Amino acid sequence: MTKHDVVIIGAGGVGCAVARELSRYNLNIIVLEKECDAAGGISGRNSAVVHAGFNNAPGSLMAKLCVEGNRGFEALCRELDIPYKKTGKLLVAFDETDMNALQEIMQQGIRNGCEGLRLVDADEMEKLAPGIGGIGGMYSPETAVFDPFLYCIALAENALENGVTFHFNSEVVAIEHDMIEEHGEEHSDDRFVVKTAEGGAYACRFLINCAGLSSGNISEMAGGPAYQIYPCRGEYFILDKVAEELLPMPVYPAPRKGIGGLGVHLTPTTAGNIIIGPSAEYISQIDDLSTTRPVMDELFAKAKALMPALERKYIIGSYAGIRPKLAPPEEGGYRDFIIQEEADCPGLINLIGIESPGLTASVPIARMVRGIIGERMPLEEKKDFVAKRKGPIRFRDLSEEEQAELIREDSEFGEIICRCQKVTKREIRNAIENPFGARSISAIKYRAWATTGRCNGGYCLTRIVDMLVNEYGVKPEEITYRSTGSELFSGKVK
Amino acid sequence: MSETKNRTNEYETRGVVHETCDVLVVGAGPGGLAAAKSARDAGAEHVLLIERDDRAGGILNQCIHDGFGIVRYRKQLTGPEYALRAEQEAEASGIELLTGCHVLRIDAQDERERAHTHVHARTHTSARAYVVTAVSADGLKQIEAGAVVIATGCRERTRGAIAIPGSRPAGVFTAGVTQNFVNIRNIMPGKKVVIFGSGDVGMIMARRLSLEGAKVEAVIEIFPQPAGLSRNVSQCLYDYQIPIFCSHTVSKIIGKKRLEAVEISELDESMQPIKGTERLIACDTLVLSVGLIPENEVAQTAGIKLDARTNGMITDEYLQTNVPGIFACGNARRIMDLADFVSEQGELAGRNAVAYLNGTEMGEWDEARTSSMAKGFPEEGVVTCTLCPTGCQVRYNEVLGEYEGNKCKRGAVFAEQERVDPRRILTTTVKVTGGKLLPVRSAEPVSKQKLPQLVQELSKITVELSVKCGDIVAEIQDGEKTVAIVATADCSL
Ligand SMILES: Cc1cc2nc3c(=O)[nH]c(=O)nc-3n(C[C@H](O)[C@H](O)[C@H](O)COP(=O)(O)OP(=O)(O)OC[C@H]3O[C@@H](n4cnc5c(N)ncnc54)[C@H](O)[C@@H]3O)c2cc1C
Ligand SMILES: Cc1cc2nc3c(=O)[nH]c(=O)nc-3n(C[C@H](O)[C@H](O)[C@H](O)COP(=O)(O)OP(=O)(O)OC[C@H]3O[C@@H](n4cnc5c(N)ncnc54)[C@H](O)[C@@H]3O)c2cc1C
Repeated sequence: MTKHDVVIIGAGGVGCAVARELSRYNLNIIVLEKECDAAGGISGRNSAVVHAGFNNAPGSLMAKLCVEGNRGFEALCRELDIPYKKTGKLLVAFDETDMNALQEIMQQGIRNGCEGLRLVDADEMEKLAPGIGGIGGMYSPETAVFDPFLYCIALAENALENGVTFHFNSEVVAIEHDMIEEHGEEHSDDRFVVKTAEGGAYACRFLINCAGLSSGNISEMAGGPAYQIYPCRGEYFILDKVAEELLPMPVYPAPRKGIGGLGVHLTPTTAGNIIIGPSAEYISQIDDLSTTRPVMDELFAKAKALMPALERKYIIGSYAGIRPKLAPPEEGGYRDFIIQEEADCPGLINLIGIESPGLTASVPIARMVRGIIGERMPLEEKKDFVAKRKGPIRFRDLSEEEQAELIREDSEFGEIICRCQKVTKREIRNAIENPFGARSISAIKYRAWATTGRCNGGYCLTRIVDMLVNEYGVKPEEITYRSTGSELFSGKVK
Repeated sequence: MSETKNRTNEYETRGVVHETCDVLVVGAGPGGLAAAKSARDAGAEHVLLIERDDRAGGILNQCIHDGFGIVRYRKQLTGPEYALRAEQEAEASGIELLTGCHVLRIDAQDERERAHTHVHARTHTSARAYVVTAVSADGLKQIEAGAVVIATGCRERTRGAIAIPGSRPAGVFTAGVTQNFVNIRNIMPGKKVVIFGSGDVGMIMARRLSLEGAKVEAVIEIFPQPAGLSRNVSQCLYDYQIPIFCSHTVSKIIGKKRLEAVEISELDESMQPIKGTERLIACDTLVLSVGLIPENEVAQTAGIKLDARTNGMITDEYLQTNVPGIFACGNARRIMDLADFVSEQGELAGRNAVAYLNGTEMGEWDEARTSSMAKGFPEEGVVTCTLCPTGCQVRYNEVLGEYEGNKCKRGAVFAEQERVDPRRILTTTVKVTGGKLLPVRSAEPVSKQKLPQLVQELSKITVELSVKCGDIVAEIQDGEKTVAIVATADCSL
């Protein structure tokens, strides 16, 4: 058993932000994550929009933390070298009812403290986002897009550099109490012993529940309230980069009452692929990430209404994310985040119902957690905290001159491994050699952005596997797509 | 649309290597190899052939089965043998082959010159109209060329593009990727396989995976007829009792981490799944053979017009694209069934590129040159001759006492043999010291029934380096007969 001041469960955007925030202080912190890498949960399956904060009820935590998160996002992305693009965003009205809804949402946004919101007519809309349908809209200049995978990875890497321990492939299955009675350690501050399926045991004083869709179970395991989480699935399509120029900024429909999300929208990503979605459908299992034919057809039709130039042939992939909703299906809409230390379970800090805009708000959420801990014990700032992180080089973003120079320094920058995204061998190597030792194809994919293009990895997968087998000694049957169980191959042919 | 964002406007970018050539060919598959050779034969002095892979041959290197070269060389060759032959011919003609070099884009020279008044010394006759930017371990290169032939081949349509519903577990591969893993990298994707799509690559992989010990549960095809050659339906599916479900689709992919099953459904006339016809097939691997798409990223950078439906480069009858002096051939222009015709087309493209430079007359491509092969289900009660891709449907006429339907004499001999003792050329791989795989074939046809057993026997042997194509690497016993196993590619360290 190891002892810690803080155990964080979950290495999604929220868990990683909490880890990084707390790593500013002299605390012994460990993050336990059941997947093989950061961003293996909801944080890797969403719209990746830095929301401005006009969608949320005034006075709610959601509104407050979203606006705060938005204001600090760009600086954070600069500090941690995370792809970020301030695109602005357009909400589109198709009729008068929609226009009224936009009026309302703008007023709400202004009350929440969002900046620069304004209504635009069809002419201005055509200038902002040519070819988008609708009679008018609302423009939000502060909305942005970012890379959610590298967001989590960067926060985690920076936390690691500042002394936080990460245990991946570690699924929390039991949480025990009452150290004092059990072990007779009169003066122990430990309140919890967290146990994992892999046999780990971690004693801690503060248990921070950032388990996303499983946060209800974890709370119950720890002796806190049994929150009911209602999984609500959102499906997406990914478009080929050739469609990049069709969409300069996220385009959403005007809000309609009662749906559990923001409506099917079009969002450019920092990598240049547009995403379409999400749908909103309450489902029974928290891990059913299937896409379904009726929803896929509906997504396409709705997106085509927003962007008439859309064509089926642009589609290169699909995925789904699941919202951890506190609002039951019959209620719909949003219930506010729960972020609190549970009164009848001291030391358990619950983060429940962290659905959209959870990524935007993750750093302010982390600061709230720090505030709660700070009330219980004095927090001492580290003198040697390293705030900056430099991400690995992205060959494709450099000028020809810089590219030529790099190849001279390291010839592996001259070997293209992923043809669709122009990722070089050196970048794949950097990804394979990540500080967490994550060797799954997904870990390489999200770091180097290989396999993400129109050929779905047809070209680079063989080459990446070659490197893993021949240069890193991984056996073919050990190579996984994500965590254990997702092995890609049965072994050698002969 | 084109990926030109990295482009600097300076004519000379520091650190970039500059070269020139007369004709530059992109892609060293059969199309590019033939184009380069014929450009050289037609008198171009410096022909540069650029290939991103570490060797020439293109997709043929992984097509270890036989059936290539009948039209062009009047011989039964495997893919690697055909590729080697094409490469040797090209090299003998005096072209320069650059492997491990990835072409990023092609720019028209005059645009660059208009923008910059850089005076540029021209070599002898031809004005070098294009600048090709390429990257390799040696650095970033910019090569000026008088004419360009694009022979970049194709890629496969993916699960993402056809949007199969369901989860996204490991174990879903395209057929070409599967072929590459199994035949070149010695990696087996799985043991219980369903194949979606009955294109030739899919059927060939059904046979290949069966021979390597996997159980191929079914081939699923959305159309009422198999998409590939009758010859492949016969020798890849029927020979191995692999069921094919036509007018069916994979309606769902099931499995959280690794594939566990696929749901298939029957399709109605409008290609919609019929409710109530769903059934599950347990499997750990789904192989997709759902179409090939011309690979035209490079072409797009040059402003070449593509066919909106097929993504192929649009050309005139001289194989010239809308950009004068840039020619197209092979799968990058239009997906072709047979490598032999790709070579033939490449030859014409290379010759026309030189004619363009010299201002002489170009030759026309005969589009009908591609389609004399039987496709879909073989007819009832016939023998499908598998000696060549034509796939003649040979039938015994009881009244006349002779075979009919065969376009050449060998068809009758094949059909007769098929009645008494069906035989096939064996193609597989063997291990080479050091871990690589070597493609091999039997020197003569072996008993069809014994193929799986013989392949298993050959799996156990390891061949010493270095081996040359044509070397005998083993002998096997086919009943009474001793049959030589020969290498179909060169292999050294
Ligand atoms: C469809 C959709 C669209 C969205 N769009 C946006 C958007 O555009 N902008 C925005 O700001 N937000 C958006 N969100 C919300 C945002 O994605 C989430 O709020 C955020 O990712 C939540 O992060 P998290 O760390 O709480 O959860 P997660 O990322 O799910 O992290 C929880 C982690 O806990 C781990 N875990 C669970 N149980 C255990 C256990 N027993 N032991 C160990 N580890 C465990 C999981 O594996 C997971 O990695 C969207 C959400 C959805 C579903
Ligand atoms: C998986 C598969 C299996 C097949 N099986 C058969 C078969 O059994 N029998 C048959 O007759 N035909 C088969 N075919 C058809 C086959 O494609 C053609 O016969 C032939 O190989 C096509 O020749 P090509 O020269 O057009 O393309 P390819 O052989 O694909 O060659 C294109 C070459 O261009 C290179 N290239 C592409 N882009 C760049 C760049 N930017 N820079 C540098 N180099 C580049 C590629 O690396 C490749 O080597 C198969 C095709 C596929 C895809």
